[in-house]
Amino acid sequence: MGQTAFDVAHFLAGSLVLVSLMLLYQDRLSALLNVFAFQAVVLASSVSWQAYVQGAPHLYMTAAIALVVKAIIIPVALHRMIRRLGIHRQVEPALNTGLTMIAGLGLVALSIVVVLRVTGDADIYAREDLAFALSVVLLGLLMMVTRRNAVSQVVGFMSLENGLILAATGAKGMPFVVEISVAFSVLVAFIVIGIFLFRIRERFDTVDLEALDDVRESQR
Amino acid sequence: MGWIGLNGVTFILGIPFAGAFLLLFMPSYRLSSRLNALFTLLTFLAALSLFVARPAPGLYLLVDELNIVFIVLNTFVGFTASVFSASYIAHELEIRRLTPAHLRFYHAMYQILLFSMNLALLANNIGLMWVAIEVATLTTVLMVGIYRTPEALEAAWKYFILGSVGIALALFGTILVYMAARPVVGEGPNGMVWTVLMAHAANLDPALLNLAFVFLLLGYGTKVGLAPLHAWLPDAHAEGPTPISAVLSGLLLNVALHAILRFKLLLAASPGAIAPGPLMATMGMVSLIFAAFMLYRRRDIKRMFAYSSIEHMGIIAFAFGMGGALANFAGLLHMTMHSLTKSAIFFGVGHIAQAKGTQKLADLRGLTVTHPLLGWALVAGVVAIAGLPPFGIFMSEFLVVSSTFARAPLLAIPLIAGLLVAFGALMLHVQRVAFGEPRGSSEPIKASYLPMFAHLALVLMAGIYLPAPLVAWFQHVAELLG
Repeated sequence: MGQTAFDVAHFLAGSLVLVSLMLLYQDRLSALLNVFAFQAVVLASSVSWQAYVQGAPHLYMTAAIALVVKAIIIPVALHRMIRRLGIHRQVEPALNTGLTMIAGLGLVALSIVVVLRVTGDADIYAREDLAFALSVVLLGLLMMVTRRNAVSQVVGFMSLENGLILAATGAKGMPFVVEISVAFSVLVAFIVIGIFLFRIRERFDTVDLEALDDVRESQR
Repeated sequence: MGWIGLNGVTFILGIPFAGAFLLLFMPSYRLSSRLNALFTLLTFLAALSLFVARPAPGLYLLVDELNIVFIVLNTFVGFTASVFSASYIAHELEIRRLTPAHLRFYHAMYQILLFSMNLALLANNIGLMWVAIEVATLTTVLMVGIYRTPEALEAAWKYFILGSVGIALALFGTILVYMAARPVVGEGPNGMVWTVLMAHAANLDPALLNLAFVFLLLGYGTKVGLAPLHAWLPDAHAEGPTPISAVLSGLLLNVALHAILRFKLLLAASPGAIAPGPLMATMGMVSLIFAAFMLYRRRDIKRMFAYSSIEHMGIIAFAFGMGGALANFAGLLHMTMHSLTKSAIFFGVGHIAQAKGTQKLADLRGLTVTHPLLGWALVAGVVAIAGLPPFGIFMSEFLVVSSTFARAPLLAIPLIAGLLVAFGALMLHVQRVAFGEPRGSSEPIKASYLPMFAHLALVLMAGIYLPAPLVAWFQHVAELLG
């Protein structure tokens, strides 16, 4: 990998971490979804750069899945969902932006220290990628812990997963990367359907099976 | 590539996989619940055939001494649980908690669950193992939520979120293992094959392996139900159909534990890496003590036994964490005994809850008067799970405690304290449930006693006399585990 190739990879992975930090302080759901879609675009470009640099065409598949599923389908579906549930303007309560950001910065520092120390003699590209990936994973976890709303928890989970995809594509020649990204898309699809059922429950307070069935019908 | 040819492994994976599709399109529930049991029986027989003919390990699948124990146990309890499930489901249909359409889905999911658990146990590839455990998680999430009550949906959601986080962490660990292996094994699929990794274990980057193990232990530990990541377990057990509680406690927890053991072996074979034992032993001990105290203030009978599962998984993880031939032997034995006993208890509890129409401990009283057979079976099960002689769990707990005394006497004190606290809680509850003032309906119920008594009889037999070949086998596996 030449110096330019390395710099671009570095830049894209670093942007992913920055967008993860941006996700942390979004307190409106629709803004959160937009930032998440942007993160997915960054991920897709990072993965396609890796595909180009490593000469691994199957990684373009992963990039395409990231772009289509995570940057388009899921944000659009969630946007429609929160609009229908009437929570799109809702401001997330119990979110202390300052503290969360400090915790987030701490996690990034932690992962860089841990990974750089651990991977002393591994090749330099892999280790920096890994440090960024671990930061994204930990920031996703932080978001899942600090949010109460099901939708933002799911966004946290998906950004965590973006970190995993970054790690997997950074590990040169790793088998199953495409399969794993497909498996995750299935998982996320399940989660999105899950939230829908869950939010319905919160809204109507009692689960009226009839109501659920009606909702399902109208979804088809 | 022994995995394509016709052998036991093909059937262990093929029967449940094909069965799932068949059952999905089976309109009659009577037929499908019987077919469900038949398929699981055939899978069990196929698993037994592994003792005779063992296929050579391939890139994806592997049969060795360690996983045969897990697979045979898995398919056996899968079979008995499906027999129990047939009578349980008939009652659920009668009271209209489930519809025939639900049941088609339920039986298909049951087979997929067994398929994915068997696949996770047979996998020689750590990526494949991860995928199989993910599929198993998804199917159980769907089954936990099948009643669609608010509680069931919430339990499924909680399980889903925590399970996904666990799975994500485990994947990060898996990627790290691959990165540790890449410089040694080379790029490509070989870097994820467990047997290849084991062969090169001494040369793998120890620092990366350490980091990987932390993630794997936390990730798969979530699925084992080890504290502090156990929060999904009681809800999932309490709100889902009881056959699934039995399968979760008896099998799925073991499958995740098996994954941890595989990586523990890998770390143990790498001289520069940290010793994985103390981490496991600590998590095990914390789970044991935490669950023991949580047992007291339970109001729901299934939730109570779910906490008891956390307690026992804690003991097992502790035993494997201690390591050494004796502690590993005790861990294996305890795992087997716990699977059999806990699923027998859930079989009993399922029928009890149906007979009384409630799972609340406060409304379950005087069972030995209203339903003598179920009541006494529950008493026997609880006596067994609490670790009283002459049942097998007494022996395995005794072995865990005595090996702890021999190796680290100070650790034996909290261990014994935890066991006693849990014992007290179980006795307190069962005494009220079995012998209190009778309450609620005393109408007889159509129950299938056979699976429950078969399990309890096996546990009793193990407590009195363990057959020599079984002991030899377990000793051999225990030595492999190091």
